[in-house]
Amino acid sequence: MYNTRDILETITMIQDENLDIRTVTMGISLLSCIDSDIDVACKKVYDKIVTMASNLVPVCEQIEKELGIPIINKRIAVTPIAMLASACQTHKIVKFALTLEKAAAAVGVNYIGGYSALVQKGFAYGDYALIESIPEALSLTEHVCASVNIGSTKAGINMDAVAMMGKIIKKAAQATADKNCMGAAKIVVLCNAPEDNPFMAGAFHGVGEPDCVINVGVSGPGVVRAAIAKSEGLDITGIADLIKRTAFKITRMGQLVAREASKRLGVPFGIVDLSLAPTPAVGDSVAHILEEMGLEVCGACGTTAALAMLNDAVKKGGVMASSHVGGLSGAFIPVSEDAGMIAAAKCGALSIEKLEAMTAVCSVGLDMINIPGDTPDEVISAIIADEAAIGMVNSKTTAVRVIPAIGKKVGEELSFGGLFGSAPVMKVSTASPKKFIQRGGRIPAPLQSLKN
Amino acid sequence: MRAVLTVVGKDTVGILACISVACAKRNVNISDVSQTILQDLFCMIMMCDISRITVPFDRFVDEMSELGKEKGLSIHVMHEDIFNAMHTI
Repeated sequence: MYNTRDILETITMIQDENLDIRTVTMGISLLSCIDSDIDVACKKVYDKIVTMASNLVPVCEQIEKELGIPIINKRIAVTPIAMLASACQTHKIVKFALTLEKAAAAVGVNYIGGYSALVQKGFAYGDYALIESIPEALSLTEHVCASVNIGSTKAGINMDAVAMMGKIIKKAAQATADKNCMGAAKIVVLCNAPEDNPFMAGAFHGVGEPDCVINVGVSGPGVVRAAIAKSEGLDITGIADLIKRTAFKITRMGQLVAREASKRLGVPFGIVDLSLAPTPAVGDSVAHILEEMGLEVCGACGTTAALAMLNDAVKKGGVMASSHVGGLSGAFIPVSEDAGMIAAAKCGALSIEKLEAMTAVCSVGLDMINIPGDTPDEVISAIIADEAAIGMVNSKTTAVRVIPAIGKKVGEELSFGGLFGSAPVMKVSTASPKKFIQRGGRIPAPLQSLKN
Repeated sequence: MRAVLTVVGKDTVGILACISVACAKRNVNISDVSQTILQDLFCMIMMCDISRITVPFDRFVDEMSELGKEKGLSIHVMHEDIFNAMHTI
């Protein structure tokens, strides 16, 4: 017989503290679909996705019901489409995006990621055409997510790609201006992109992965906040231990779901992503955890230290709970998707500069941040370069997902709806980095020794 | 295959009887029961053997939850795996 307290704790976590599995993501390799004729390639892509993922949604729903744990999103990540595009004798790459959209609708998943290119060291044939097609692809589809890896610790930063992405993000926002600039919310620019990330918009299926794999991303900021709230008078050591214990429990749930999904689908289990992923719902905020630790508001001095501790404790607690850990693993700080971050941004306590500092110690980067619609392309590129530099030097994943709010100024609100939430437009430095960005070239890979 | 059935709510006459009848109707065997009063709330935890259940498990979950709503109780049925995963190493 189980301990009554343990049973009630689990039920409270799910019922009252928004504990859920954020995503079960099926990774599918499309390398077997490469063809010089884009129409043939698209048909192979559609057939493979629909065959491999036909049971993904029903199986997840069955697990949800049996275990009593909500699985919020069911997603698919595919081989970076630029690799398929490189074989095609055409520049109408957008056909691939339409195919992914059709396949996603056929199997009923929430998102499909992998409209991606990896250009950290330079552009291969297909990469350039794919990146150019991103704004159109995202304006014509609803479920497709795009990502571009422009840097890594081993390769340095491709500044030509950085310059290009500033323009692409702006174009993606303009192309979807009538849909709250959603295009820009579905594109992420990464440095050190992981190949097994189950989270959107940066999910893609890396070339080192098996043909098909199940990756799971857990969530649960509300559970961590509630645990801290219930424990009066702990010092920071005590709080770190408490977060580790809570993260362990959350991750065990993720491991269980991953194992079940893998068994029932007959697909190997890849990784559990040890993440604290917030939603705009009340009580599901990473910012509120930091505030529960004793900060008046997220963004106050001390926020980076608190986040560093939280991020580390989540990983330490989660690592033992899962047999394979990967993806982004850590606390996410997306502004529009986190009630506490939204409030902090609205009251002016949280600036882009503070968020940039926070990204040095959290799992990803500048995420879901609304910037003025008239922000010059080169400023967006420079934001990407800064963020990529943090990732490159610290051997961690960093990313930029900023949304130029077309027609809106600082302080105005841009709302996306659903899990994407809403946020005020934040102030960006207007000093011009134009000449720096226009230089192009590559930032050489950083020295990883002689650290004294 | 075992499931954990929890009932939380205001204490009234016949809660245990009502739940047991609902389980018996579906051939769910109750193997263990523990009940306490937590902060004025009746709180009961039952271990159920669901290996010979006559309805699909997900329907049982929904039906018990409905029964709870009728009686003003919060009834949850969850597979025991989730508690095993979370609370045992």
